[in-house]
Amino acid sequence: MLIQLARRLVTALAAAVLVATPAFPPQAWAQDITGAGATFPAPIYSSWGEDYAKAGGSRLNYQALGSGAGVTQIINRTVDFGASDSPVAPERLEKEQLLQFPAVIGAVVVIVNVPGVDGTKIRLTGDLLGEIYVGRVRLWNDPKITMLNPTLKLPSIPISPAYRADSSGTTSIFTKYLSSVSPLFKERTGAGNSVAWRTGLGAPGNAGVAAAVKNIKGGIGYVEFAYAAENGMQALQLANGFGKFVTPTVPGFLEAAEQADWDNARNMAATMLNMPGDNSWPIVSATYILVPRNPKDPARTRSVLKYVDWAFRNGAPTADRLHYIMLPTAVQDRVRAQWATLASAGKPLWPPT
Amino acid sequence: MKQLTAATRARYFRRQLVDRIMGGLCIAAAGVGLILLALILWMLFSNGLAGLSIDTLIKPMSQPGSGGGLANAIVGSLLQVGVGAMIGAPLGMMVGVYLSEVGKESRFASLVRFVNDILLSAPSVLIGLFVYQIAVLPFGGFSGIAGALALALIAMPIVARTTEDILRLVPQAYRDGAIALGSRENEVVRKVVLPAAFGGILTGILLAVARIAGETAPLLFTSLGNDVWSTDMTQPMASLPMAIVRYSNTPYPEWVSLAWTGAMLITVGVLVLNIASRFSYAAVAGKQGS
Amino acid sequence: MNTPATPAIGTRKIHPADTTFRLSLHAAGAIVVIVLLSILTIMFIGGKLAFDTFGLGFIWGTEWNPVTQVYGALPAITGTLVTAILALCIAWPIGFGIAFFLTETCPEKLRTPLGVAIELLAAVPSIVYGMWGFFVLAPFMSEYVQPWLTNTFLWIPPIGDSFFWFTAPPIGVGMLTAALILAVMILPFIAATTRDVLLSTPQLLKDGAYAMGATRWEALTGVVIPAVRGSLFGAVFLGLGRALGETMAVVFVIGNAIRMPDSLMAPSATIASVVANNFPEAEPGTLDLAVLLALGFILFVVSFGVLAVARLLLRQERMS
Repeated sequence: MLIQLARRLVTALAAAVLVATPAFPPQAWAQDITGAGATFPAPIYSSWGEDYAKAGGSRLNYQALGSGAGVTQIINRTVDFGASDSPVAPERLEKEQLLQFPAVIGAVVVIVNVPGVDGTKIRLTGDLLGEIYVGRVRLWNDPKITMLNPTLKLPSIPISPAYRADSSGTTSIFTKYLSSVSPLFKERTGAGNSVAWRTGLGAPGNAGVAAAVKNIKGGIGYVEFAYAAENGMQALQLANGFGKFVTPTVPGFLEAAEQADWDNARNMAATMLNMPGDNSWPIVSATYILVPRNPKDPARTRSVLKYVDWAFRNGAPTADRLHYIMLPTAVQDRVRAQWATLASAGKPLWPPT
Repeated sequence: MKQLTAATRARYFRRQLVDRIMGGLCIAAAGVGLILLALILWMLFSNGLAGLSIDTLIKPMSQPGSGGGLANAIVGSLLQVGVGAMIGAPLGMMVGVYLSEVGKESRFASLVRFVNDILLSAPSVLIGLFVYQIAVLPFGGFSGIAGALALALIAMPIVARTTEDILRLVPQAYRDGAIALGSRENEVVRKVVLPAAFGGILTGILLAVARIAGETAPLLFTSLGNDVWSTDMTQPMASLPMAIVRYSNTPYPEWVSLAWTGAMLITVGVLVLNIASRFSYAAVAGKQGS
Repeated sequence: MNTPATPAIGTRKIHPADTTFRLSLHAAGAIVVIVLLSILTIMFIGGKLAFDTFGLGFIWGTEWNPVTQVYGALPAITGTLVTAILALCIAWPIGFGIAFFLTETCPEKLRTPLGVAIELLAAVPSIVYGMWGFFVLAPFMSEYVQPWLTNTFLWIPPIGDSFFWFTAPPIGVGMLTAALILAVMILPFIAATTRDVLLSTPQLLKDGAYAMGATRWEALTGVVIPAVRGSLFGAVFLGLGRALGETMAVVFVIGNAIRMPDSLMAPSATIASVVANNFPEAEPGTLDLAVLLALGFILFVVSFGVLAVARLLLRQERMS
């Protein structure tokens, strides 16, 4: 009787699946490419992948497991490309025979919830932000803050810093920035995908940090720009490399990207933090793609390059819509030059044919 | 008859009072459970219904703004949960039967029972890690089978535990009667003990299925997820929990809405399974007159 | 005492079907043990680097710093144990009360729908519990419950000068909120299994108690429960199992601060949440990954300890 019931359940299940499957048009078997890694660029990679497939290219399956996992997967060659928000150490790239290049640019902004105050008017320096995240500055009306914001009525409530609970590239970018502008932060916490925060609470993902800030009076947190833009959040102003207070805007991100020192960047890992410029936003970063230098199946790697090339040439409208920033064209050309150094069995992988 | 003394009357009154109070507390407890359920379902449905449409059910996942759905995630979940349950539940039942009917208090059985309880409390994320090491790395890729395997390993201890507990409560008289009639050991179990305990075993299986239907962590490192439509279980496979995690953490309102819809679908799916199984059990039990 | 299911050996040939039967069941049991041993082996080998680097001090180290590569497991262990035990204390009486209600006092017609409703709580995916906890419960805790707790329990003396029980900034997430969410999650398991166990007790037992003039409560506590105590413990183990291992929901509501908590309401971390948060970024061969696997190994050992203690208590109960 038990078996009977089990059989019925299984039959029903199988029937459901079998009925469902033919209802969908079977896909023509183009060369599929798989990628894994950073969560930050996941929406744009996937969207570009869809557009690319519609335009006749390969289908892309990109899974956002996190930068570390992406690096691991490409080292193990279980995927066709890996994606990482932080550049991989040169020795590692050398040892694992990987080529690294930037693909798209994003920015990290700081959101706040201070009752009675318009968050977009608050001004902080990187050093002060570092002190907040270390627990040195605890109240919103601390003299260091009011000095920078004389016109704002800052209440005497505690600051509740929020950070990413899950280890993430966004944390890496943010902590690198803080470490570079705040000696206290560098000493007490340091930079990395995951750090020992001295104070505050950890929330999962951008959504978590955003909600934490929204729910706690006096909350402050860092999220990707795309997140803040899409959800209409109040992001404060930071001092940039020139010492000017700037609001986070797309032209500001582009300006920072163009200032980066691409000539001397090893493995194309140029820093875009705290750049000088009239409008440069100080927390900008590229996210990187990694492909094998010695692929087992050169055709697959070539497919990846063709996809990225297509995205460089046609992906701007989608990037705009999803709040990402394209690489400046000069940098795109540098990237293609790097691809030309890839070869398999004596034949270069780029340009194709 | 002796007259009731004042002390006896007082004690009787006190005992009644205790009974009433406890009864009241139990009703309150049930009330708490129901209120919690209502709150959670309210949040689930008010957010999930907004994203639900025919498109959600038949279109695969795609970029925000292009009207995608959850079809491949739904099918992927069905496949992985189904296969996982088909592996984990029978194995769990066998372990439960072993512990209750054959092994009982022997040294090996005590060991198995103990180990099962430890597995029961294993964090799903560690099970996922383990399956990653044995079923993903050696084969060079993520797969729906690895995902199903991880789910099976989570379901098995639950089913084993509940099966053993319920079987232990079947009166020995049932077994004795069957033996007296000349049944062999396996017949006693299959034809007398198991049917008698079926309701409880079913509860155990349903609890296990409910648990694995909503598990995310084990699938993170085993089946990875898949944007393109695929029913090939040797390749990465999409699933509802992975879709929920992925979509809920993005800025795009359509995706977040789909995440809620996915969560609602899992809950509704398990509920439907629950109700359907109970009805068919009742029908079958009625027919057999047991 | 149970009489053996088969007659004494030697008086009857054992049918081949029975041999297959027994063998396959033994094999199933063996598989369970093999699975656990494999998991432990993999955890241990993977985590060896952590133990080599910090020695046994890893277990009571209190600093978790990925940047300086100094890791200690005590904050995660503390969070795991405190939330699980607290959750069990909250969920068990409620689950038990629900089960008693369903089996004894509930009107017949309502029994199945109510039972299904409670089981529906188990059907909700854990991530939804996390989201509900984070978006609904946490603000509620931070606005009303936590300030009230802080004021009411101000008089409790702190432990040492670092643990203040209920005094903490009311940020809403933390060990207490996590324990509450865990309690809600294990409630259906405890309620459903307890109800099934109570339903399966022979009516004879209860009738005997009633015949002696017992009230419903007395029949329950004096006769039924002692008779099925072992199986009831099973319900508790199921609940504890889930509480110790729950990952996604905890990540949302525990505040993810890998520091020693200074209050029951402080943000903290559990072993499962630390592993889930950090595994995707931890690269193989590094200390980062080794400490996660070492934590997993420790969690298994902790479960081992908790279960062993529970069994010891159970054995004493059985003998007395």
